Amino acid sequence: MSSILTWSTYVIVFGALAVLALRDRAKARQTVTVAVKSFFGILPIMLAFIGLIGLLLGVVPPEVISRYLGQGAGWWATLTAFVLGAALYIASLVSIPLAASLLRAGASVTTIAAFLTGLMMVNTVTLPLEIKYLGKKLALSRNMLSLVFAFAIAIVIGMVLQ
Amino acid sequence: MKPALPQRMSGGAPQGAPVKKTLQQWLANYRWVLLIALADLVVWVFWPAQASPVIRNTWDYLVEMVVILIPVAVLMGLFEVWVPKQLIGKYLGHESGWRGVLLALLFGTAPTGPLYVAFPIAAMLLRKGASPLNVVVFLNTWAAIKIPQLLIEARFLGPSFMLVRLALTVPSAILMGWVIQKWIERSGGLDLEPGAPETIS
Repeated sequence: MSSILTWSTYVIVFGALAVLALRDRAKARQTVTVAVKSFFGILPIMLAFIGLIGLLLGVVPPEVISRYLGQGAGWWATLTAFVLGAALYIASLVSIPLAASLLRAGASVTTIAAFLTGLMMVNTVTLPLEIKYLGKKLALSRNMLSLVFAFAIAIVIGMVLQ
Repeated sequence: MKPALPQRMSGGAPQGAPVKKTLQQWLANYRWVLLIALADLVVWVFWPAQASPVIRNTWDYLVEMVVILIPVAVLMGLFEVWVPKQLIGKYLGHESGWRGVLLALLFGTAPTGPLYVAFPIAAMLLRKGASPLNVVVFLNTWAAIKIPQLLIEARFLGPSFMLVRLALTVPSAILMGWVIQKWIERSGGLDLEPGAPETIS
């Protein structure tokens, strides 16, 4: 299923690029430039996270991961993962593989979902910048509501997929 | 991870042509990779039995990531060319009601950069008169359900995880926007700083 999705992504994306190349060479070239820049822009942090995942999975036995992050670890694990996610700033493109590696090694869906929703929706690190641009009212209320919704979403994901 | 705001951490925001990198810059960019490689070396020397699972896992995830990152990067390029940031301001600045919410959702899922790239755009939208509802929907979407991110999510966590999270996040984003809009209306409007920067960097 995942690989069908990946290959259809290839077909659609490169198909679109081919159509663009036929219609507008300059724009197609610009697309490729941005794509290459994006790829190499994220490469250092991506390689670091992949190295971290490899090290983690190779050194930490799955029993340990499942004991501290699995079903049996209880609410504290979920809450800790959520707070950690909310407080950190990690690009989602690299945090998702990390989360997936923990999930596959035995962490519970709820805990992993809480980490990801916290990370994506509660933007603590960029909050000062958000206040500067959008004012205290909008920035603080958005992040405070995000805190509530992110946790609720994680719990529901856990209930649906557990 | 440190915030490292000026750096392009999530691969997007391709503005600003990078100058020719010196070795020093290269080392700085890849410092975490080098540190991990060093840790791998330590494992290999002191716990040789663990070395092969470390290498195998690293390799498996590397392949999996590169395979999906290639089309995602091209997609980012396509979005950058097809949905320039000025276009967002042009359309989202004036639309309101459900059409506005829908546009905010669409524009929020397309972009490529990290969230802080969205702040100046959102500020410009507010100054142009876009409703807080639309701006919050735009930000929430940008933060949590960008399409490149959804593709990675489907690949690594499975399509069902991605779809369930998406189905929950869209209504939440709109509901949040609505609540914030009502609260801002009742409490006397926005509190934008007068001197705050408003150009799109």
